[in-house]
Amino acid sequence: MVNFFRSVRVIAHREFLRFIQDKPRLFSSFSMPLIFLVIFGAGFSRLIGQIIPDVDYIQFMYPGILCMPILMTSVMSGVSVVWDREFGFLKEVLVSPLNRSGVLAGKAAGAGIIALIQGSIMLAVAPFLNVAVGPRTVLTLIPLILILSFALSALGLLIGARMRSQQGFQLLMQLVIFPMLFLSGIFFPVAQVARWLEVLSKLNPVTYGIDAIRQAFLGAEVAGVTVFGHTMGILESALVVAMVGAVFLTGAIWVFNRRD
Amino acid sequence: MNVIEASNLVKRFGNLEAVRGVSFTVREGEIFGFLGPNGAGKTTAINILCTLLYPTAGEAKVNGYDVVKECSKVRQSIGLIFQESTLDDYLTAEQNLRFHGYAYAVPRDVLESRLKELLEMVELWDRRKAKIRTYYGGMKRRLEIARGLLHRPRVLFLDEPTLGLDPQTRRRIWDYIRDLRKRENLTIFMTTHYMDEAENCDRVAIIDYGRIVVMDTLEALKDGVGGDVISVRTEDNDEAMRLLVGQYKLTPSMRNGVISFTVPRGEEFLPGFVSGFPVPISSVGLARPTLEDVFLQVTGRSIREQEADPMHDMKQMVRGRGRGR
Ligand SMILES: Nc1ncnc2c1ncn2[C@@H]1O[C@H](COP(=O)(O)OP(=O)(O)OP(=O)(O)O)[C@@H](O)[C@H]1O
Ligand SMILES: [Mg+2]
Repeated sequence: MVNFFRSVRVIAHREFLRFIQDKPRLFSSFSMPLIFLVIFGAGFSRLIGQIIPDVDYIQFMYPGILCMPILMTSVMSGVSVVWDREFGFLKEVLVSPLNRSGVLAGKAAGAGIIALIQGSIMLAVAPFLNVAVGPRTVLTLIPLILILSFALSALGLLIGARMRSQQGFQLLMQLVIFPMLFLSGIFFPVAQVARWLEVLSKLNPVTYGIDAIRQAFLGAEVAGVTVFGHTMGILESALVVAMVGAVFLTGAIWVFNRRD
Repeated sequence: MNVIEASNLVKRFGNLEAVRGVSFTVREGEIFGFLGPNGAGKTTAINILCTLLYPTAGEAKVNGYDVVKECSKVRQSIGLIFQESTLDDYLTAEQNLRFHGYAYAVPRDVLESRLKELLEMVELWDRRKAKIRTYYGGMKRRLEIARGLLHRPRVLFLDEPTLGLDPQTRRRIWDYIRDLRKRENLTIFMTTHYMDEAENCDRVAIIDYGRIVVMDTLEALKDGVGGDVISVRTEDNDEAMRLLVGQYKLTPSMRNGVISFTVPRGEEFLPGFVSGFPVPISSVGLARPTLEDVFLQVTGRSIREQEADPMHDMKQMVRGRGRGR
């Protein structure tokens, strides 16, 4: 058990070091969300008007935009085991006494720390959009961001656990990451779109994470995910994401622990 | 005391049997080497000993621990320098070493002093803040050696430790390793397909197609060749070959226009041979047998001939890309 926690700490530390030393990656993770914010916000906001009373489109979209760099970076940090394998570093980890489950959990923990940093940076935009951020909001956001990032890095790990090269990577981006981004209710309230779109969005665990974070900013009135007639609150949505993440991580650990 | 004990190790990858029943022991403080051509199964054997692969059959103990059942104790006892770099290119040398120190739970205060000592030993202390990306091959190798020693392992595994390095760097690295062995009573298991590198071992196992063909001390292996190697160039090699076989009852071989054969006590044989040989001799040499000769004798071919095979090089390139496994 001691070994497990040490493994988590050591690996998370390394992920963190890599992140802060990789300046291009740090900046580029913000470029896309900010472009979306400007284009969609300025472009559609007036056209669409208010989503619900007192919440206009750009305010509606902002919590999702805040999550975008977190989503991307978390999936990528999970998938980065493929790079570690390709460049040999994974062997250094695998022959060390570090606990394998702890290594994967450490990757997820590292992604969580990075997600918090990204979240704080994205928060700086809030005042310009007239989105109120009180201490309560911040305190709610911290666990929500951690859970969302955990689930996504676990997904990345699951994908990367057996992948042998970077070739499948483009495919992965197009088939998994982009659909997950666009079908997550970042850009539209899932209850107000075509039926098929709504179903797909509700099958996407990210939707629940985004909805919880949106509620943390804008209150329960914006709650948008209704499953079997029940509208999901923050806690329930967070639970869904956490459980899905736990399943992904368990799967990844299982795949990872198999030795030839 | 035996630090490594392997008995009847077998590893199969699908239909391919990479290691076919290999048994050996390595004593404490010994430098033991696997010498064999590309694809002989050296890396596979190391991967089994260092717990990265399960053996298909057979068993092995490292530092007294079973490599399958007690893998975490084995991992704590060994240091590894793999055939390819396993450093994190995006971190600095110091960060790579610290990661290793934390991973092996080296106490903090000890870590600081060892870090300095080892980085100075491999002459990289001044470059410790540089990212590995900026390092060239020899520096990476040296850093990996330092890293492999950071947690004071009982056994150091070196898979082709100086592959692709220039002779000067190779010599330096071997100076470190020999010095270490003396200071720390370290046991060293290495693989190589360089003959001259295998000369650093106390004992060598020649491995070919997954089997140990012969295993002994360097001296015994060379004595086994049956004396000294004489090499001659003559004005009519074909005629010379015939005479050597027919009249002298020797088993000469000819490569690149040079005839070589072994005789006991070569220095006594040579004067009479040169004056009495019917075919004019243009040059003559006498040498103690090398591992090359041992290899030639036990496998019937030269280790170099294989490397010159272009198909094999192709295979190597393809394999090199999938180096992740
Ligand atoms: N994971 C694997 N899956 C399938 N075949 C493998 C695997 N690893 C090694 N092999 C095969 O097993 C044989 C032995 O390979 P190994 O890497 O152990 O040789 P080696 O002696 O280390 O050679 P080299 O000098 O090239 O490093 C080779 O034919 C290789 O292609
Ligand atoms: Mg090898």
